[in-house]
This record gives sequence, C-alpha cells and structure tokens, in this order.
Amino acid sequence: MAELNTGDGDGGKGGKVRSKKQNSKVDLTAMVDLAFLLITFFMLTTTLSKPQSMDLGLPDKEDDKTKDKPIKVDENRTMTILLADNDKMVYYMGLLATPIAGPKDIAFGKDGIRKELLSRKKSVLAYSAGLGKPKNGIIVIIKPSKKSNYRNLVDILDEMAIADVPTYAIVNDFTPEEQKLLEGK
Amino acid sequence: MTKKAASIDMTAMCDVAFLLLTFFILTATAKVPEALPVDTPASTVQTKLPESDLATITIGKGKIFYDLKGREVRKKALELMGQKYGIVFSEEEKAGFALMEGVGVPVTGLKQLIAMKSADRNKPGVQPGIPKDSLDNQLKEWIYNSRIANIDVNDKELQIAIKGDAKEEYPAIKEVMDILQDQKINSFNLVTGFRKIEK
Repeated sequence: MAELNTGDGDGGKGGKVRSKKQNSKVDLTAMVDLAFLLITFFMLTTTLSKPQSMDLGLPDKEDDKTKDKPIKVDENRTMTILLADNDKMVYYMGLLATPIAGPKDIAFGKDGIRKELLSRKKSVLAYSAGLGKPKNGIIVIIKPSKKSNYRNLVDILDEMAIADVPTYAIVNDFTPEEQKLLEGK
Repeated sequence: MTKKAASIDMTAMCDVAFLLLTFFILTATAKVPEALPVDTPASTVQTKLPESDLATITIGKGKIFYDLKGREVRKKALELMGQKYGIVFSEEEKAGFALMEGVGVPVTGLKQLIAMKSADRNKPGVQPGIPKDSLDNQLKEWIYNSRIANIDVNDKELQIAIKGDAKEEYPAIKEVMDILQDQKINSFNLVTGFRKIEK
C-alpha cells in the first residue's frame, strides 16, 4: 500500500528508499516459465505439422501396347490381391486357374492380410532357397477394382511397407475371371 | 546473508527466451483453411513431405485442386499458364497468386479468383475444380508448366504429391496417376496421416 504512492518523490522517511529499491526488481521466474512453454509449443508445432507421406514408384508406362513385353515370373512366387468395394479384398497365390491358395476373402489388419503376407513371404523364400535362388522373394500384385476406394489402396500399400515385401506392383487390368470373382461379393 | 543467493537475475534469460519465442512465432506459417478439405488415409510410413519444390494435387469430392510451393515458382508457373491459354496476368495478379493456397478453378476463372477476398474464395461453389478431361486437360498443363517453372527458378526437379480423400474411389486417383505417368513422372508421394503399427 505504501508502494502505490511512492511516485510523489522523497517526501517521506528514509524507509521509503528501501521499499523503492525492492520494487525495481520484478520476479521474472513466472515470465521465463511462460516464455519457454510457448517456445516449446511453437517449436513442436512447426516441425510436427508437416504432413506424412508415402513414396510410390510406378513402372514406366508404354503407350504402344505392342512394345509391352510380358515379363515372365514364377507363378509360385506371386500373390494377387484384388481390392473390392466395402473394404473387402480377395487374394490368391499363383495363377487363378490353378491357385496354390485361395481365392479367399481376407480382412485388413494384423490378423488378416498381415499375418498371411508374413507367412507367405516366408514360404516363398523357402521355395526360392530350394531352387537355389534365395534372393527371390514374394511378388505381390495389387489390383484395385473400380469400386475400391483410396483408403484401401493406401492401407494395402502400407501393409506392403510393414511386411517389407520386396516387389509389389499396382496393376489395373482385370481378367474376366477375376471380375467374376469380385462380382460374387 | 544467504538471501542474496536465493534470487538469480533472470533478465538476460528472459530476453533470450522472448527472442527465441519471437523467432518461432514469425517463422511458423499461419495455417490457412484449405479450399478443399480432405480426410487423408492413415499409414505407418514416416517420411515427411519436402518443404519446397513440391506440387500437391488434392483430390476429393470429385474435384481437383492444385497447389504449388514457393512464391517465385508460382509466379513463373502462372505466367507460363497465361502464355499457354492467351491470358495476360498483371504483376499485382501474379503477386496475389503467389500468396494464395491451392486453386481449383479453370485458367479462365483465375483472374476473378485472384481478385476475390480470401474469405470468399473458400465459399462452396466458387471453385469447381481444375478440368482434367481429355479435351481440356488443364491439370496436365499445370503440372507441365510448374515443372518448367521450378527448374527455371530453383534448378531442381519438381516433386509431386497426391493428397486424396480416403473415401474417394480408385478411378479418380488412377486418372491423376495416369496424367502424371503420361509425363513420365513415375515416382510421387501420397500424403497420408499417421498411425501406429498394431502389434
């Protein structure tokens, strides 16, 4: 209360001088606390707000279909995943006419496709090792149908990254048999 | 006698703290509301998008929006687009375009869009999306001219990111990928949200 009217100068006793001196020093602790809190906030928000992204490489597109050379791959190594609508998908190993496994419905997530991918990956590696080419891993062909949505595509690409599938491709043409398989859903 | 040691002089510390605070506030770019809000799907991949040399194609609700990073690149790309479609943009319009976010209007509507207030730009129905059909493929021109502009200004190849809505159907995404592949862009980024791997 005495400090409130110190402004009118040295009209009082000697004690006033001491109280004035005390006033000149503000406790900055709280202010520094606040400043550092804000610094932390701005530092974190500037770096964390950068969006995540996923790299995707597609093979060269050849306009001239006659130049397209079919690449021969061992059907024992290929797994085809067809993306249907309503977050469903169908997979099979090998060729559709003579499948090694499937065609079977499978769900997204760790108990569905991921488990299957990991076990298939292992069995393909064992198969390739038997042939003397232990580096030949699984080949996954992803076929998104017209009804499938973008979330499914990103989800399946994500599963590829999680399961560390060495080779995968997005293929857009459907055979009539595959079309039929999806329509049955 | 020990009273002196109890309080430290915090003035300098306070100065430094506020200097840093000012720095971070000023460098932080204000988040402008997006013209086309999309719900990106989540993934576990943790690659960050580059800060510069980036073009973002936003796909959602059947519309396509195009965004380009870097003011100088934007100016140059607008100039090239103007040349292509026979529209002359003034310096003010270029400067206005440089500060804008993603656009979703045909080239003929750009002048009008730049003249609008930023609050009006995001009103529904103002931006119908960039045409991408085979007769009038402006998205292709945008990408092509932005690549030229980016090489011109920054001397680097432009990176392309696709930011699709999770519910968007695959053919719409494929169409954009085809446009990119027609220009021999075979590698691009998909913008995703973040989620943890379920163990």
